[in-house]
Amino acid sequence: MTDAPPQADLELDARGLLCPMPIIKTAAAVRGLAPGQVLRLTTTDRGSLADVPAWTQTTGNELVAQHREGETFVFLIRKGKEA
Amino acid sequence: MSERPMTTAAARARQAAPARALDALKRDGGPRRDGALSEADIRRIVRSELGELALADRGTSSAAIIASKGTLDWAYPPLILATTAAASGMATSVFFTFYGLNIIHKDFARLLKVSPLGNPAMPMPVPMPNFLLGLPGMGPMSTRLMRTKFASKHVPEIGELLEAARDLEVRLIACQMTMDVFGYQTDDFINGVEFAGAAAFLAEARAAHVTLFV
Repeated sequence: MTDAPPQADLELDARGLLCPMPIIKTAAAVRGLAPGQVLRLTTTDRGSLADVPAWTQTTGNELVAQHREGETFVFLIRKGKEA
Repeated sequence: MSERPMTTAAARARQAAPARALDALKRDGGPRRDGALSEADIRRIVRSELGELALADRGTSSAAIIASKGTLDWAYPPLILATTAAASGMATSVFFTFYGLNIIHKDFARLLKVSPLGNPAMPMPVPMPNFLLGLPGMGPMSTRLMRTKFASKHVPEIGELLEAARDLEVRLIACQMTMDVFGYQTDDFINGVEFAGAAAFLAEARAAHVTLFV
């Protein structure tokens, strides 16, 4: 990818939380965003590697980027058009 | 084409044809000159119709779950799935029946326990034959062990999941019949619980693709 990752409008630290809390808190955080805004989510739950992409897909949001920083998983989620 | 009026079904189908499919048709030069639709046109319309139907299908955005077990370990699956379904935009209801009523009882923290008895899968600090697990004190010890283990791994507590369920507008429904059997009153349960029977659950479940019995 040549594009720089988008700036986050909101940060959510879900490190240390286990399923289902990272998704529950992500859903609540994204609800507070306007369409097009970006959430930066950090987790340590290995399940979130599968759960965050599944959640963004079924809810019409976009997983713009994801990477790993040591023990932390970082996800950039752009809110979709539908609320 | 003939002059005869369209049948009601045909008229309805035509009304239902989404504007998008017709627009696509126009873009591609419209129907053939002889008035018939080409195979590609028909395929496009059918695909578009099916897409619209899938989007309009309430079943893909509903979940109906039965929680029938009243132990600490089995309280988790229905609550985890219900809160996650709701957080994924699904209209979600959980129907608590028989021992599952423990989960939404005001006193859930005391009622939800684990028993190692007859549960060979339960990890114990030291391996123990099943007959010893029936001795006094083994149940409370196992419950304490499991609570400590959950807490050390940062698994959310049942109270936290119930709170999330309420925030996410998960419908918590207590089975009236088993309440009557066990002698529970409506105010024995946490706030926001509804009371209903099997028909009410089925009314939800028949419109949901995700229905689970836990």
